[in-house]
Amino acid sequence: MIEFFKRLFGPSDSGATAKQRLQLVLMTDHLALAPEMIDAMKRELVEVISRYVEVDRDKVEVDFERHDHALAMMANVPILGVARPSERAPEPAPAPAPTPAAETAAPLQQRKRRKKAQRAPA
Amino acid sequence: MHERQPEIEVAAVPAVRGRAIVITSGKGGVGKTTTTANLGTALAMRGARVALVDADVGLRNLDIVLGLESRVKHHLLDVIEGGVTLDDALVPSKYTDSLMLLAAAQNREKDEVPTEAMTALIERLRERFDYVLVDCPAGIEHGFRNAVAGAQEAIVVCTPEVSAVRDVDRVIGLLGNRFKPQLIVNRLRPQLVKRGKMLSVEDVNAILRLPLLGVIADEPEIIITTNKGEPLALRRDDATGAAYHAMAAKIAGEDVEAPTVEMRESFFGRLGAFFGGKA
Repeated sequence: MIEFFKRLFGPSDSGATAKQRLQLVLMTDHLALAPEMIDAMKRELVEVISRYVEVDRDKVEVDFERHDHALAMMANVPILGVARPSERAPEPAPAPAPTPAAETAAPLQQRKRRKKAQRAPA
Repeated sequence: MHERQPEIEVAAVPAVRGRAIVITSGKGGVGKTTTTANLGTALAMRGARVALVDADVGLRNLDIVLGLESRVKHHLLDVIEGGVTLDDALVPSKYTDSLMLLAAAQNREKDEVPTEAMTALIERLRERFDYVLVDCPAGIEHGFRNAVAGAQEAIVVCTPEVSAVRDVDRVIGLLGNRFKPQLIVNRLRPQLVKRGKMLSVEDVNAILRLPLLGVIADEPEIIITTNKGEPLALRRDDATGAAYHAMAAKIAGEDVEAPTVEMRESFFGRLGAFFGGKA
């Protein structure tokens, strides 16, 4: 009886579905409207990876894939060579480890900042 | 272009220009025109001089909502093209003395209105009115750009639907940094929100992140008053009418809360909660 009423009057999740679809469609829209941002991100991505391994820059692909509930960035980065550990060029000073609190609060921003911090001394 | 000021207004030509506010949404059918008519009525009932401009050239509708369709003799393009004076084209409201309508041309197309001419027209209206509310056509093409060109402020109307929010998001991007739009969430159905079946005002504004001007419920009275051509804002005793007045007060700079919609539960909703525990 209670279950029956719950089903009849209880919260349904179509509002939540709408919210989720909206968030996803807007992320996709915003990406589509900012191709220059994606290009810049691709360049920086290659730059960072190139510090560690040799990358075939012309063949790097960055795509966004939309699944039912999430948006994912897929990067295909062909690697041409990896130096022997002893031959590896001296690395730039490692970025200071972010505090766990900051990491959870704004992971995206944190990541961006770290990238900048690494680039600075080079 | 040399137009005489109307004789009643000879006494004082205001040094301060009025505010031109565009009411826009991107998507059609979310209630831009009804909102324009009601906000204009509410502002005029406060004593402000208000001009309503129907910028939806080719699809004139604001005259219907205001019940003025039989009185429109000239339209916006007549004025722009110089054939008719502003005084002859402005149609006074039946209900509110200081409210005037400038109708859209019905037999013309949006592309025929040059943007500079539209901007100049809004400027002329700003000299004579405290508020110039521009009812923007749906879409983001020439008609949208024209409606926005002369305005300094923007109000976006959004219904709690994925498609409407998406379009408003796009419009905000197009409006750019020149505007800091205010948001009206229109046609909210509180019972559906309560049951998790509709996006809430918070859901909508978590995405849009705009200052909230107010929330209007999806009430049959709006349909009924629109049928009759009598804006609901004429009735302050009606909850929705009062919401338009609260928004008008907010626009006028009064420190009032944005009107919201009471989340009252239906009898059956309460029954469900009683049997099934607090949902």
